[in-house]
Parts: sequence; C-alpha cells; structure tokens
Amino acid sequence: METKTQTTTKKSKEKMLHISGAEAVVKCLLAEGVDLLYGYPGGAIMPIYDELYKYQEQLQHVLTRHEQGATHAAQGYARVTGKVGVAMATSGPGATNLVTGIADAQIDSTPMVCITGQVGKHLLGTDAFQETDIVGISTPVTKWNYQITEASEIPAILAKAFYIARSGRPGPVLIDITKNAQFDTFDFAYEKCTSIRSYKAVPDVDKKQLLDAASLINKAKKPLIVFGQGVILGEAEAEFKALIEKAGIPAAWTILGLSALESKHPLNVGMVGMHGNYGPNKLTNECDLLIAIGMRFDDRVTGDLSRYAKQAKVIHFDIDPAEIDKNVKTDVAVLGNAKETLGQIIPLVDENAHETWLQEFRDYDAIEFDQVIKEELYPSKDGITMGEVLKEINQVTKGKAVIVSDVGQHQMFACRYAEFNQTKSNITSGGLGTMGFALPAAIGAKMGAPEREVIAIIGDGGYQMTIQELGTIFQTKAAVKIVVLNNEFLGMVRQWQQLFFDKRYASTEMTNPDFVTIAKGYHIDAQRVKKRENLTEAIEEMMASKDSYFLEVCVEKENNVFPMIPTGASVSDIRLS
Amino acid sequence: MNTENKSYTISIYTENNLGLLNRVSSIFLKRHINIESLTTSQSEIENVNRFVIVAPMSAHQAYKIVGQLEKQIEVIKAYAHSDDETIYQETALFKVASDSLFDERQIQNIIKDSHANIVTVSREYFVIEKTGRRHETEQLYQDLKPYKLMQFVRSGRISVTKEPMNISEMLAAF
Repeated sequence: METKTQTTTKKSKEKMLHISGAEAVVKCLLAEGVDLLYGYPGGAIMPIYDELYKYQEQLQHVLTRHEQGATHAAQGYARVTGKVGVAMATSGPGATNLVTGIADAQIDSTPMVCITGQVGKHLLGTDAFQETDIVGISTPVTKWNYQITEASEIPAILAKAFYIARSGRPGPVLIDITKNAQFDTFDFAYEKCTSIRSYKAVPDVDKKQLLDAASLINKAKKPLIVFGQGVILGEAEAEFKALIEKAGIPAAWTILGLSALESKHPLNVGMVGMHGNYGPNKLTNECDLLIAIGMRFDDRVTGDLSRYAKQAKVIHFDIDPAEIDKNVKTDVAVLGNAKETLGQIIPLVDENAHETWLQEFRDYDAIEFDQVIKEELYPSKDGITMGEVLKEINQVTKGKAVIVSDVGQHQMFACRYAEFNQTKSNITSGGLGTMGFALPAAIGAKMGAPEREVIAIIGDGGYQMTIQELGTIFQTKAAVKIVVLNNEFLGMVRQWQQLFFDKRYASTEMTNPDFVTIAKGYHIDAQRVKKRENLTEAIEEMMASKDSYFLEVCVEKENNVFPMIPTGASVSDIRLS
Repeated sequence: MNTENKSYTISIYTENNLGLLNRVSSIFLKRHINIESLTTSQSEIENVNRFVIVAPMSAHQAYKIVGQLEKQIEVIKAYAHSDDETIYQETALFKVASDSLFDERQIQNIIKDSHANIVTVSREYFVIEKTGRRHETEQLYQDLKPYKLMQFVRSGRISVTKEPMNISEMLAAF
C-alpha cells in the first residue's frame, strides 16, 4: 500500500466523519437511497465488501452467480422500479463480465451504476494480477465513466454517477475504484449532485415547437403515434393517454414502449417493427402524420428507411437532441421530458375521433387474426405453440404480471401476445438483443416489485446462457416464475435459415439437458408439459405457487414468428407467411 | 440526405478531463470514420479544452457526429465546419542534413521563396519550420525531398471559425 495524504473537504461547519474510502462508498450508496445491489466479490473490491458486511442491515447485497447476471438483475430492478440499479464487481474478469449488461443498459437507456474494484494506483499499467483497463473498455458503452484513485474523490464522483445515470436520457455509469482509494481514510461529507456545467440533462421545452406540432396534429386526417420507452422513463403514461384520447390518435408501440398503454385500450393498435402487427406496419406508409414519442427509429422498427413513412409529415418528441433527424428526417422536433411536452400539448390539440382511419387498423387486424393469430392461439395441430402459452398465462395474470422475456422467437411471441394493464411491466432486451438477459433480469424485477408476479419467458437457448442464476434464485428465495419454451432450436436463427438460407440449419439444433432435473437440483419446484391438455393446469399450478417455479413447455419445433418484415424490406412489405 | 464525403473540421469544447480523448475518438471509430488529424489544446476559456478534428464525412454524418459528441457529459459544445467557414493552419518541421545547405545553392532559394523559418542550425543538420495551408507545407516537402530530408513531421490542423463561438455564455447558461 502506498501512503496517502489525507484531504479535507471545505465543508468545515459539518461534523466530519473520518472513514475509509470503502466505507464512504457504502455511505454514498445509502445516501442515494440504494437498499439493494447485485454483485460478485474478488480481490480488488474486498475492502468494499468488508463494509457491505458491516452495513448488511441497511444495504442488501445479492450474490449472483456471474457478474453478467449482476448487471441484468440491476437492469431488471431499474426497469421495474424506475430507480437506479447498482452492480458491483472486482477488477479484471469481474469487470469485463459486466460489459454485456452495460452495453445492454446503454442501448436501452437503463439507469445503472456499476462499481468495479481496480488494482492499487501504484500498480496501474504494470499488468498486475487482475488488472484490466475497464475504463477504456467501457467507454463506448457507458453514459459516463471514471477511475477514482484517491479516497477523497469518492463522494463527489459517486454523487455525479447517480445524477448522470438517472437524469435526462438515463444510462449506465461505471466507476472504477483503485484498491488504495478503498483502504485510505479521509474526512467524509456527502452532497447530492444536481447539475454539471457541461451537461444539459433535459432540454428546455420550446413553446413554438409545441404550437407547430399541435398545428400538424390538428390538420392531420390520418395521424399515427409510435411510442417507445420515453413514455415510461418520463413517467408520462397519464399525459400520453390523455393526449391520444383527446385527439383520437391510434397509438402503436415499440417493444420497449410496451405496457405504457394498456393492451386492451381501444386506441392501442399494436406493435410496430419486424414482427409487429400488420396494421400499424402497413399504415405507417399510409398515415399523413407520424408522431414518434420517446422512440429512436431503430432499424428493427423502420425496415428500409428510404421507404419508411415518406408520404407523412413527422413529429418527433424526444429528450435526447441527438435522436432528432438521426434516422428519420422530422418536420417538427419537440425536445424535452415527455411528461412535460405531452402535458403541455394536450390543451393545444383539438378533440377528434378519426373513426374511419381507426377502422383501417381494425380491418388489417381482422386479416392478421385470420391468417396468423388464430392458428397461433387456437392451433389446429397437435404441437403446442408459443402463442398459446402466452394466451394461457394471460388467463391467470389478467395483465397484472411483470413479463420478462429473453431474446428470440419467444420474445416476439411474448411481446405480441402478453397482455398488460400496468406500466413498467414488460422487461426485455430490446436494442442489444442479449440472450441470457431474462433469468437474472427477472430476479431484479421480482426484488424491485416483490408484491407483483414476475414471469420470465425464455427460450431453451438463452436460458442456458445464464442458467447459473438459478443458484441466486435458490439462495435468495426470489419467487420468480420461469417458463422455458423449449423447441430444441435457436428458433429465431433457425427461422431465418429456413426462410433465407435454404433450410441449412447450421448450428441451431440443440440437444438439451433435463431442465426439470436441473431446476430440482436447485430445489426449485418444476414440471414439464408436452401435451396441450396439461398446459392450463400446469400454468395454474405455477401461478398458485408462493415460491419460485420452473415450467418447461415443449413447443412445436419448427414454428415461425409472423408477420415478418424481412431485413432490408419496407414496412409495407410485411409478410403474413 | 447528402451522402457525398468532404472534409469537415469538428471543433469540440470540453472539460479538461482524463479519458475524454478516448471517448471522443470512439465516436468516430464506431461510425468507421478515419480521423485525418486531431489536435487538442487549451481554449480561450480557462480549464476548457478545444479539440480540432479533421475527417472526411457526409453532411449528415457531420450533423450526427456533432449530436453524439454533445451528448457526452463533459462536452460543452461541438461544431462541424466546412473549410470555407474556418481559418486554419498547419505547421511542418523539416530536418535536413547541413551539408546540403552549403553544397546546394538551390536549397537557400527554396527556403527564401517558401517563407519558411530556420529554427535551428548545427554542424550535422538544420531544422526548417513552415506554417500554412496543407498545399504549402506539401510543396515545401516536395521541394526539399531531393536534399537529404532526414525527418519530416506535420501537425494536425488548428483552426478558428469565422463565426463567433460564445462558449462563455453557454457555460453560464448550463
């Protein structure tokens, strides 16, 4: 250990606590209202874990079985609560194992603070044991990151970390703390961060933008809203609903916007994008006004940009100025927090109904029901479909559960068919598409909303990417319901191989272990369903359980998700088969 | 959208923090834009740094790069300018063997005509400095190349804009 000169802060009037950097980290977390964090100990972060041991009454640490699991659990917690999720790991491999979760949180705008231990300052750059440049590695996938090498930096930097993670468009922040900074003592005082001079968290609302937008809305004959997570992150659900109801505008969602508006709302016209609903995709190229709210025109939403809503005027509501004109050229940009901007535009829009326009969506819905949904939900064949599993789950949950999905075919079925009547209830890895996300994210979601049912819908491929987190469920008794839809394939890739690679199923068929035995090895109640007649009962049994429960449903092996917009095609070219 | 590439000067006012260079350059890397030159120095405001980056890109890419740069916590303001919107210079140093100076009369004319300065002279070598536009330093390079040019180095572009920047006002408004 190198010796350090102690620095005193200028707040001389307050009574100073002379404590270690490690204890200061814990005190900062408590000051930010953190009562739960996920992580994995190791050499370079042991001083902080030693303090976590002392403070365990106030701050619960959940030991995941892999650092990636810690980040996804923190994400699940953040997504369901709206609070900052916290994950902690040691240096080197501990830190690099966080990277996938950090990248996921960055692209899905999830507030998260990751704290990593680092080798002592005197060892930096010596290729010391478990030394890695995590600040360099995480730079492109963090909203902000910083390496602390002096204990006295801890309070101000952690205050800044939490402020940056949660303010404006939220995102992940990584703070790397060298071991000497954890051991050294200093005079501790904490002050919350409320502004940073080079960082404008939320743009000011511009009245002219609102007036221009309202004027376009009032003139439109065929307006279509596409909303994303910005409605949820801005806690603007009520304002959003009031706006669409007053102006009578059909509203379609991206998968991150799902659950901001209840599934059965008459103006909810479904999902846009690659596997979205027929109507909103087709009518994107028919509307005269496209109103994007808190969404970023991801390529999975737009398909070919050169044939995307070219006939329409475009209004884009967003908190992030960099999203404006990034992918789609807008006519009017409305910058600001959705709660503010939507709240302020409501009095400016005229009451309207757009009944004939809405009927066009219903007509497309009827076609989609006939050609896709009917067979998915009420199959004529023997094999169980993924859609009918979701339908059966809806029967029990009545739209009240939190649904956490992984990545692949089952994710699309979950988003298409799960019903929601409460916000912050659909948790999925949208932007990054991280297989293995769901199981740990469900743990975080359950801990963030212990009073709610949390159901993880996972494919047999993604499940095995983070299956070790069954250990976390067993140890913490997190009452997560796990549904694995097993088609013995990496289904989405197999679907693409079938459609675009002449059925050459390269490395997509899986020989799976006995998942029920594995769950039982962790003392989690488990059963497997192979036949339709046992499905309802099995789901009811799972939902009746007070504890965690594992349900494997063996589904039809080679079913496909439709509708589908093939890569590079226009939203108008959406296929029903 | 205009997709034709041309040279843009990206000027970025930032806090003076460790790691920011990495964060700034990663934004170019992510979009597969090859940085032609990058200079960073103190700006007219105390504790505020200025990056001057020259890179080829389309007008729409330049717009998006500025948006992504401004999104970074420690970036105060970023701009993209075309060449005609800025006043810019580069500096080049030429290390030439001293015997050429005495043996080749022509080299003295080259130096005189190019308005370059001699920075240092020793028995073995002398060093010439030339500040100007790229074509001027390039011309001098071509002219000196035949005369035992021992070393050549050129700085990144530095530039100021014709338009005012108003960074101090911006900082006060944050």
